[in-house]
Amino acid sequence: MSIWEYANPKKFLATSEKVMPALWVLSIALTVGGLIWGFFLTPDDYRQGSTVKIIFIHVPAALMAINAWFMMLVASLIWVIRRHHVSALAAKAAAPIGVVMTLIALITGALWGQPMWGTWWAWDPRLTSFLVLFLFYLGYIALWEAIEDPDTAADLTAILCLVGSVFAVLSRYAVLFWNQGLHQGASVMRAGAVAGDTEERVSNVFATPLFVCMGGFALLFLVLVLYRTGTEIRARRIKALLARERLEAEA
Amino acid sequence: MIALLLRDLNLAMRAGGGFGLGLSFFLIVTVMVPFAVGPETELLSRIAPGVLWIGALLACLLSLDRILALDWEDGSLDLLATAPLPLEAIVTIKSLAHWITTGLPLVLIAPVLGVLLHLPANAYLWIFVSLLLGTPALSVIGTFGAALTVGLKRGGLLLSLLVLPLYVPTLIFGAEMARRGASGLSTETPMLLLAGISAASVALLPFVSAAVLRINLR
Repeated sequence: MSIWEYANPKKFLATSEKVMPALWVLSIALTVGGLIWGFFLTPDDYRQGSTVKIIFIHVPAALMAINAWFMMLVASLIWVIRRHHVSALAAKAAAPIGVVMTLIALITGALWGQPMWGTWWAWDPRLTSFLVLFLFYLGYIALWEAIEDPDTAADLTAILCLVGSVFAVLSRYAVLFWNQGLHQGASVMRAGAVAGDTEERVSNVFATPLFVCMGGFALLFLVLVLYRTGTEIRARRIKALLARERLEAEA
Repeated sequence: MIALLLRDLNLAMRAGGGFGLGLSFFLIVTVMVPFAVGPETELLSRIAPGVLWIGALLACLLSLDRILALDWEDGSLDLLATAPLPLEAIVTIKSLAHWITTGLPLVLIAPVLGVLLHLPANAYLWIFVSLLLGTPALSVIGTFGAALTVGLKRGGLLLSLLVLPLYVPTLIFGAEMARRGASGLSTETPMLLLAGISAASVALLPFVSAAVLRINLR
């Protein structure tokens, strides 16, 4: 029993279909529950008012935007090294979800920035690197769409993903060097946020539903990737069947 | 290798378009900027380093699809791939030829165009040095993008979409270095980082581009 068994599309489909209903229920329950908890059952922040509640969408979406790219990177590496088709298709399936997450993070960030910083957009390091990440997603998806041969497309996009990751990290440090910004540092995951009482922290009143939302978004991403990968596998199977049918009709 | 380099240079010179086009484009972009933002000397001299950098970058981008597309169309790329020379070396030569025909003229002409934009006197040296350090990275990264899109019919737009995000770090450090030089600050940090990006790109990306070309020629 090893994880590579799931490189077999049939096995992958069978197992993913078995776990998907449970995952759907759990992810939707967590997301909806976390959002309701966050939106209606937490107090307003004494300085930010009710705008603080944007955090329950903004932070999980931003988290998944980065992790989706990371997952694509791992899947691309597996495709390049071991040439499992399911892995390449999973990377392809994850990209549109990642781009939507990036867009959500950017838009909610703008909505949050307007009342808090007095501006929709600032050329702040975090904001800028997310915009660059968004462009990388667009390029990646466009390359998948442009190439007809599926194996060539998988190879080229995998290499683009690897090179793009290096340059995405570089851009991150470049903009950090370029401009010190408005966006606060990472304050959610700091140890004090959960346990202690350090000065700059997200209060536990907000942290607990936030973690629920993060879990919900993560599961939602997982189940969407499984679902979309299944669709890609089936689409490819249909194409193969049609091709075979045409061949038999000609013979 | 030298024969290949000379061949590429000759083709670029004689075929027309390749050599002068980038320069003319650079000139036009620089001339258009004062029309767009107004002719105030102070404003122009403040944004001049950035304008020169973005102009050079766009001019570079414009000529990228010529690196490999013509050789792909007439089949000489297949011949080159089966030649005794490793594909990595061929890709490097192609980038070098692109740099000599596009990057180097841009570097040389940038200080001249700086006059049009009232570039501060002490910035001429820095815009020259920063472009000299940065344009090799632009050529090599561009060759990678050209290799990715070489087999596609409408690759031009896609090429820009793929390559521009990759240009972000080079642009930031290059323009930052020129800007700091223009305002008399220390340019050491961005200069080292820019040189580092160029050196790493030149050293590593030809291998990636060659791998991409192998996939595309399969």
